[in-house]
Amino acid sequence: MPDQHHEPEHAVAGTGMGGTMDLGVDEAETLERRPTGPDGTGPQGRPRSLWSDAWRDLRRNPVFIVSGLVILFLVLISLWPSAIASGSPLACDLSKAQQGSSAGHPFGFDGQGCDVYTRTVYGARTSVAVGVLATLGVAVLGSVLGALAGYFGGIWDSVLSRITDVFFAIPVVLGGLVLLSVITSNTVWPVIGFIVLLGWPQLSRIARGAVITAKQNDYVQAARALGASHSRLMLRHIAPNAVAPVIVVATIALGTYIALEATLSYLGVGLKPPSVSWGIDISAASPYIRNAPHALLWPSGALAVTVLAFIMLGDAVRDALDPKLR
Amino acid sequence: MGRYVVRRLLQMIPVFVGATLLIFLMVNVMGDPIAGLCGERRCDPATAAQLKREFGLDKPVWQQYLTYMGNVFTGDFGTAFNGQEVTELMSTAFPVTIRLTLIAILFEIVIGITLGVVTGLRRGRPVDSGVLLLTLVVISVPTFVTGLLLQLLLGVKWGWIRPSVSSEAPFDELILPGLVLASVSLAYVTRLTRTSIAENRRSDYVRTAVAKGLPRHRVVVRHLLRNSLIPVVTFIGADIGFLMGGAIVTERIFNIHGVGYQLYQGILRQNTQTVVGFVTVLVLVFLVANLVVDLLYAVLDPRIRYA
Amino acid sequence: MRGAMHARWAACAVAVALAATACGGGNGGGSGDAGAVLSASWGDPQNPLEPANTNEVQGGKVLDMIFRGLKRYDPETGEAKDMLAERIETSDSRNFRITVKDGWTFSNGEKVTARSFVDAWNYGASLRNNQRNSYFFGYIEGYDKVHPEDGGKQTADTLSGLKVVDERTFTVKLTQTFSTFPDTLGYNAFAPLPRAFFDDHDAWVRKPVGNGPYRVESYTRGSQMSLRTWEDYPGEDKAQNGGVDLKVYTDNNTAYTDLMAGNLDLVDDVPAAQLKNVKNDLGDRYLNTPAGIIQTLAFPYYDDAWNKPGTEKVRKGLSMAIDRKQITDTIFQKTRTPATDWTSPVLGEDGGFAEGLCGEACEYRPDEAKKLIEEGGGLPGGRVTITFNADTGSHREWVNAVCNSINNALDNERACTANPVGTFADFRNQITGRKMGGPFRAGWQMDYPLIQNFLQPLYYTNASSNDGKWSDKEFDRLVDRANQETDTAEAIKLFQQAEEVVRDRMAAIPLWYQNGSAGWSERLSDVKLNPFSVPVYDQIKVS
Repeated sequence: MPDQHHEPEHAVAGTGMGGTMDLGVDEAETLERRPTGPDGTGPQGRPRSLWSDAWRDLRRNPVFIVSGLVILFLVLISLWPSAIASGSPLACDLSKAQQGSSAGHPFGFDGQGCDVYTRTVYGARTSVAVGVLATLGVAVLGSVLGALAGYFGGIWDSVLSRITDVFFAIPVVLGGLVLLSVITSNTVWPVIGFIVLLGWPQLSRIARGAVITAKQNDYVQAARALGASHSRLMLRHIAPNAVAPVIVVATIALGTYIALEATLSYLGVGLKPPSVSWGIDISAASPYIRNAPHALLWPSGALAVTVLAFIMLGDAVRDALDPKLR
Repeated sequence: MGRYVVRRLLQMIPVFVGATLLIFLMVNVMGDPIAGLCGERRCDPATAAQLKREFGLDKPVWQQYLTYMGNVFTGDFGTAFNGQEVTELMSTAFPVTIRLTLIAILFEIVIGITLGVVTGLRRGRPVDSGVLLLTLVVISVPTFVTGLLLQLLLGVKWGWIRPSVSSEAPFDELILPGLVLASVSLAYVTRLTRTSIAENRRSDYVRTAVAKGLPRHRVVVRHLLRNSLIPVVTFIGADIGFLMGGAIVTERIFNIHGVGYQLYQGILRQNTQTVVGFVTVLVLVFLVANLVVDLLYAVLDPRIRYA
Repeated sequence: MRGAMHARWAACAVAVALAATACGGGNGGGSGDAGAVLSASWGDPQNPLEPANTNEVQGGKVLDMIFRGLKRYDPETGEAKDMLAERIETSDSRNFRITVKDGWTFSNGEKVTARSFVDAWNYGASLRNNQRNSYFFGYIEGYDKVHPEDGGKQTADTLSGLKVVDERTFTVKLTQTFSTFPDTLGYNAFAPLPRAFFDDHDAWVRKPVGNGPYRVESYTRGSQMSLRTWEDYPGEDKAQNGGVDLKVYTDNNTAYTDLMAGNLDLVDDVPAAQLKNVKNDLGDRYLNTPAGIIQTLAFPYYDDAWNKPGTEKVRKGLSMAIDRKQITDTIFQKTRTPATDWTSPVLGEDGGFAEGLCGEACEYRPDEAKKLIEEGGGLPGGRVTITFNADTGSHREWVNAVCNSINNALDNERACTANPVGTFADFRNQITGRKMGGPFRAGWQMDYPLIQNFLQPLYYTNASSNDGKWSDKEFDRLVDRANQETDTAEAIKLFQQAEEVVRDRMAAIPLWYQNGSAGWSERLSDVKLNPFSVPVYDQIKVS
């Protein structure tokens, strides 16, 4: 298939007429993904809403299925790490520090002589919880406030955007030292709360920009003229068109939040020792990259797989929600 | 348009006051900085009290804040604990950081948007997967490690660059640090551009433009890219502040005595004058950047108007 | 290079005139170019560079280069030798008559006189001047008037115990007998100051002027200080190089990378993460020598849980649960040595260092550790936290390793946990505010190489660095007696007896003696570190 399309592209590249090729692929994609037939097209399609259409699309998308399975696996090992790791993440023997892999210890040992495999498995709980919950919190708070500012504009926009600006001004280190050091609870919740508190402005701004663009579309103006309510306009017409950048930023931010947890723990204000997380292990192994790269590789790899799964999930969801695809 | 800009500029005043007050209170909440100044040995109470007086820490917080703001309006940002004027610190730190940020932003725009356009047009192809892989590496390997490895490789092993930045910090020495600093943001910019491009590629006006027989690059740049840039511009606008104030790791690795480094030191030493001074300037940068982004919306999408 | 040659010849001429120092060919390592300047890593001093205001090593480095005091600690042995002091006479160890050598000047030409010292000390002691090291003058009579510690009003500007007799002589009267007082005079706080310091203080702080072998040529706050050899330096320890450019680094790892890339000549703090690579990277251009620094774990004696009788058994047990050798070998790559007493090897046997004084309490004996802790009533609350500050130094790793060691010995994964505190200031506030709930990191870098300095400030009742508020009458009594003893050997014996009290009560758990480390470029030879872990810049030869 690709070959057939390649030839004409090369042939016309010089004349700048290659656009046809892209459209060809698009048409194919569109046709493939239109299992429900023409009546699923418009938002007015009574029997099936946009969201249920999206769900129908998703279930058939292999990308969604694979990423879903990976995430399910991550959730399972977060809940029952002992199912696949027999040792204790806190059992460390300094005499084995930085050793490579050996029988029963496939990933080797870190700088303190702890088993990297066990720690990577046990680290999933904290890291996945922080990553997913903080991202959800940021996405909800950020997109709601951003959408309000972008949709209503005027005084709403002024007030909400200026609040965003003030939050933007707080340096993460300062915020962490001040807000988290007073909390003694040793759970992930304060860390998640903190990340949401400092993370929402970024997403809010992205959502605001996306909503400002989306509300200019003709069909939105038309729906408004027809007397559609604010909530209907927002959910039915604007949200599906504005959600893409929010998903993109949120899925990448998920990875950075997992790393941020480590920064906070490093400052002594995140999770108190002896917590286990990928972030903590990554930052502990970083200085020793020249001598023991394996201690960095595995937790980083786990983080990468998690981020990949969510990026793929995000892509699939976005495609499913895109009205232009149906 | 003109009235909109004026209104936005006026809105900066409450944000400015709010942000400085917030930061001032936060540094204050951290507690007494004097114990840290005295080192491992406790200062005797008399010296500690004297030091507090010298830095004005013996007064109530509201009074400290008013005195501080009063001084700020006359251009006096106070002194750091080592006796250096904060304005002097800022005048050495900001130029370096501005250069570093410019380079990072340039990388984001040139590399990020290019990769985004390429991957957006070639979804699912090897290029796309390759860039995705790079994105994952950038997100999951800490900047510290990327920076350190690049520094060792380019600076020591191959000797292409100076591993550390000299105190003058000219543009050419800041290229590698700028790239390292921009790396995570590059991931955002690339994926945002890619998604926007992929989405808009199917829109009517692009189909129309293609149908009209417009040259491919013209369709991509004039129609597709222009309409896809809004989320990217939003992101970069918000990123400027992060790049300037949050370059702690990058600045440390490459020995850049910039804003991130000074701010971090100020926070750790609980030096109100330094922290509030630097954040104050950063807030102004945020506000101006946001205003510019909002104005760019109207340029990129003519349907958007500001009253 | 004519200029440099000329300068080198001149330098040798002066040196020869003063003493028969080796000149010209140089010895062994290689011939140095006396005009060549070396670059060295530096950290930004936290306080203005006044002698009595500098309480950290980065500022101390510079003071050591631009000042010479009455005494100077021998870079190798640490022994206090006369520098500017011609004579220090006393009959009762309380009244001292100090004569300053003739012929010394500051680098701006001003003569160093008795008054240069007296003015400097009065300045350092006065509460008005906010000097962090004021307490060094605390033994001098009249200190309570110029520096009332109880918050009272300052009633005098000068110490009544200091009197200028003539241009080169002054007398010091102490509030109590202090036999080793002359040996403390090598500390930077006791340096002389020129009139320029008092007349135009701001200008002086921007570009300090002293009487040492180097003079400050230029100083850019936060980035670099250029020091050049002072050609007319009258002392014997004239600089063997043309000068030193101290460059401020944001991180010691960056400095190390710069050294490998050939952009820097000397790094005096090799980052812990690179210790494993240092042989590979630098070969024999690396030095690792004992310094007068000991790391300990202090305990909060204001907390009853740690002050009950029997808790010394718990502390001893904890001490025996720490595998010092393995930690120093693995985490520190032998740049620290397991401690067996509460002082430092740099003191030497004669100076009071008693290897093995701690005995088996400092050896790794997991079984006995467990038993002792049980006998002592177990860990308070069943567990123990080790508090440290996370922002400076790399304490996290060894604290984790110590905890793991304790946990392994006690067969309990949660017996010991690390407790990081975000900032040094917060850490110190918790200490001075008596908020520690368990053992915490304590380190001591000596001010002067005397056993007194390792014991009195740390364990004497209410002493300035007695962070755990430990108090023991027997210890205090022995220290008092030792200070009054005029015979040095006798005094040291008494101090050691006091140290035995510290041992028997396990007032603090000694961990390890810290070494100084340095790495340098191929251009340098004769690099040494003094007992304070500061490079002896003036002896470095540059080719």
